[in-house]
Order: sequence, then structure tokens, then C-alpha cells
Amino acid sequence: MKIDKNTINKIARLSRIKLDDKESEDYIKDLNSILDWVEQLNEVNTENVEPLSNISSSILPKREDVSKDTNSSEEILENAPDKLEGFFAVPKVVE
Amino acid sequence: MNNKFLMPLYLLKDHMNNLIKGEKHDWEMVIGLEIHAQVKSNSKLFSSSSTKFGSSPNSQVSLVDAAMPGMLPVINKYCVEQAVKTGVGLNAKINNYSVFDRKNYFYADLPQGYQISQYKYPIVGEGKVTIDFKDGTSKDIRIVRLHLEQDAGKSLHDQNPSKTYVDLNRSGVALMEIVSEPDIRTPDEAGMYISKIRSILMYLDTCDGNMQEGSLRADVNISVRKPGDEYGTRCEIKNLNSIKFIKQAINYEAKRQIEILESGGSIEQNTMLFNTSTGKTRPMRNKEEAHDYRYFPDPDLLPLEISKEEIGKIKSSIPELPDELKNKFIETYKLSNYDASVLTAEKQTSDYFNETINSDSELKNHAKIVVNWITSELFSLLNKNNQDLINSPVSPENLGQLIKLISTNEISGKIAKDVLEDMFSSRKTARQIVDEKGLQQVTDQGEIAKVIDEVIAENPKMVEQYLAGKDKLLGFFVGQAMKLTKGKANPKMLNDILKQKLNKKN
Repeated sequence: MKIDKNTINKIARLSRIKLDDKESEDYIKDLNSILDWVEQLNEVNTENVEPLSNISSSILPKREDVSKDTNSSEEILENAPDKLEGFFAVPKVVE
Repeated sequence: MNNKFLMPLYLLKDHMNNLIKGEKHDWEMVIGLEIHAQVKSNSKLFSSSSTKFGSSPNSQVSLVDAAMPGMLPVINKYCVEQAVKTGVGLNAKINNYSVFDRKNYFYADLPQGYQISQYKYPIVGEGKVTIDFKDGTSKDIRIVRLHLEQDAGKSLHDQNPSKTYVDLNRSGVALMEIVSEPDIRTPDEAGMYISKIRSILMYLDTCDGNMQEGSLRADVNISVRKPGDEYGTRCEIKNLNSIKFIKQAINYEAKRQIEILESGGSIEQNTMLFNTSTGKTRPMRNKEEAHDYRYFPDPDLLPLEISKEEIGKIKSSIPELPDELKNKFIETYKLSNYDASVLTAEKQTSDYFNETINSDSELKNHAKIVVNWITSELFSLLNKNNQDLINSPVSPENLGQLIKLISTNEISGKIAKDVLEDMFSSRKTARQIVDEKGLQQVTDQGEIAKVIDEVIAENPKMVEQYLAGKDKLLGFFVGQAMKLTKGKANPKMLNDILKQKLNKKN
């Protein structure tokens, strides 16, 4: 797989990151070298092998269904750039 | 308006011809539903915040729900059990091994920038539910899967002209997404299918089924085709929260697609929004970039493994489901498929019926009468007074007592209706009301005969006409006699004695 200008633009858009031409070029180079390195794994035959989701052998810890109120809305909104009437206020999203 | 006691949709209409007439030829709809059912739990799927509905904004948000850096999700054991339980109720395969993935997208009410969901390995696999038509036929709708996922926060767009408000109380609440195969062919079938899913969820008590509060909502996938053709290109209508809207949206969208196809156009695969005030669908904006969710296993969560023993334990805790209960009612009480379906569509109705019929051993022989008194008389009173069966002023025991009074001929059915209304408003028992008002049926032959003699004596001309062949006048005599006994004469006895006496005159 090769990362080209179109792919880098798409990744940037999906990540909501604005890249100028110079940055795009740099990322194309970086990502391609990372992919080339990872592609060595293609030498291993993985036919009929289920993808691995996690390498840990421990078991997913579960909690009981008990509700706890740990934060007030003031605390949760403390870092919000903009808030109104107990809500986070964000630029209008129309949909 | 409270329409909880209207008949379930799937009993109201026979399944009609599935095809829609177009300008050029007939079309068939192909419909699949993705139902989002909120798990009825105290706390969220991956955090301990409360799930209570209607609290003040952002008051039930933990640092996990707000996606503060470094916070880690810990799964709610109860939510997992509820998903398994629901899977069993949907006759589905439970997967011992499932994986949580991240579904990545940006939206203001999704603080993590991704939703934790299940993609390749859902907790529940293939299953099916059956919908019953009024004509006695039924149809299976296949389920593809059920998976657990987080709900997003809530965006309010209409509070402020330049801002969108975000409330994260719902963020992280556990949802079960139930995906059907495209086995549905009409808007009515879609309504029946979601009613049936709702009914199963409520019997299992895994979701409260409250569509108004958004605990149960659906995305509808729909395409049209010429009968026998391959599937057409589909559109997805997002986030419908009532059966009425689901049907309206499907009807509108199918018509829109047919018009495009018949005028030579082609359908563009799209995500649509349904406007509930205009009844129209429109494509969502931002369609220029197709969704690219980049699912990958969530590195913060280990795979979810459930042992056979755990699944067995959950299976054994499952209550009777509507279909089983329906068959039991048909068998035990010789009820019709229709009556049994009405009783079992909602758990509160079947519970009420069970309590009523078990309140007196005699009533088992009058099951059909019990059904009628619940589903017509009591339901119409509840509807009229905007009340719920759960909080019915007439308890199952008291209704049982009333029906017993009818079945033992102590009061007539007609008087019983007035007694029920009285019970409803005064909360007295049927016995009390009948005794206080002296409503016992008159079954004394002599007493009835005396009244009839009076009526005959007072209406000599009518008697003459009757004897001359005007049979219809019998009703007049019955009416007069009933009036004199204040409606309390046993109707059958009254009829018999009246006929006897009139014919003697001949």
C-alpha cells in the first residue's frame, strides 16, 4: 500500500487536521516508511488465522450495575470553551 | 394521547397485497430495521453515571463519559447479561466471544470522537421473531445480530440562533442495536415487527420500551424493486421514534424512489432524515464524504467472553415470552388466536388477565368473558380517563368479583357495565355497589310474572297488534317490563314468561 496525496488529504480531513503542502509531503514520506516497515509482516502466512484483538491473557474486568454521581455539571463544564444554561455550547450544527 | 390500549398493530390489519402500483408497473418494498433499544440499567455501559431520564443537563456525566484524557472504560456486567437475555428472547445464537470496536466519527455530542460498539464479533448472532397477522397467518423476520454499544449525547439545535447545545447525560448509556434482515415488505409489517420486538423487550424487562423518551428508536433501510428482481439501491432513514412515523417515512420514501425510477433516474444511496411535521424525507447534508468509520478493536477493552454456564444461568432466568404465553392461553382457556394475541401483546395486560382469572376458581370456565371485560369495557374506561392498566382503579380481584356476579346471574351484563363505571370512580367493590344499590337481578318467577301482567294490562292495543302478527312488539313489552324492574329482571326469564303469557291470550 502506498500513501499518495489523495490518501493523505482524506486522512487529514477525517482527522479534522489542516495540512499545508509542505506538511502533506512530510506525512506522505513518514507514513510510507512506517507502512513499508510494517509490511514485512506480509511475509507471514496468516491464512485461516483469526485476527487477534488483544494480546493480554487476562479477562475483561466487569463492574456491578451501581450508579454513582461523582461530578456536578459545574465540574464537567469547567473546561468547556463555551457553556450556556448548563449545556456545552458549540457552533451551530445543522442537521 | 394515550393509546396504549389500542389493539396491537399487527392485529388490526390483514396483510394486504404487498405491491405498490406505479405508473408503469408494480413495485415491491424491501425493508430492514436497525432498532436501538436502551438497556434498562442503573448505570451506563462503561461508567457508573446514572441513566435516569429527564435530569438537569450534564448532571450525570463522569470523566469517562466526558472523554477526559486517561479515563478507562469498565464494562457493566448487568448490561452484558441483559444483551444475552434479549438474544435468547430473539431465538438467537449467543456468542461466547465478542469484541468491542471503535467506530470513529466527529460530532459535537460524541466527546470521545468514537463510539464504542461491536463490529465483526457481536455478542448475539442470528435469530428470528414471528409476526402474526389477523387472518391467522404469520411470518418470520430474521435477525442478523444484536450488539452492545454506547449512546451519544444529545444535541439541541433550536435553543439558540447561533449555537447548538450539548447535554452529555445520555452519553455512554448502553444500547442494544438489533439488526434485521431485509425481510420486511410493507410499512405495516415494519410496524408489527417493531411492536413485537418492543413486546419481547418489555416481557424480558431488558428495555423499558418507551419510544417517546427515545428508549426505543429505529433506523429504516428501504429500497424498491420490481417483484423478483435483485435488491435495488437503498436509503437509510435515521432515528425514527414512533411506529406512526416509521410507517409514514417508509410510505413517503418508497413513493419518492418509485417516482425517480419510473422517470428513468437512479437511486443514490443516501442517509435521510424524516421531518415529522411535513411527513417528508430529505437527504442529510454533508453527504459529500461517504462515512468512513475506520472500525478497529478498542485497545482499552479486552474481548468479552461469556461461559456456557453463565449463558445457561441467564437462560434459566427468562420469564414466559409473549408467544409462549399466547399458546398457553389458547390451550388452557380455549381462547382464539386473536384474543390470546391481544392479551399477550403487553405484559401488563397478560399479568392483569392472569390475576383476574386466578382470583376465583370459577372464572376459569368464563375466560372469554374475562377477556371481553378487560379488553373492551375496562380498556375503554382507562382510555377515556387517560389511565394506565398498571394503576387501574379496578383491581384484578375486583373485576373478577364483578364477572363472577354476572356468571352466577346475580346481576345482568347490562347492569354490570354501570357497576364497573361506579367501581372505577368510587373504588368500591362490585359486591358493595350491588348491595348498596340493590342491583341484584330479579330471578323470582312470581315477581317477574306480576310485572308482566301489569304491562299487558296497561297496553291492551299493543297486545292486540302483537297477536295480529306484529312480532316486533315483543321488544316493546320487554322494554316496559325492564323499566318497571329498573333493568334488574333476568332477561331470559323475562322473555320466556312474556312469550308464554302473550301466547296464552291467543
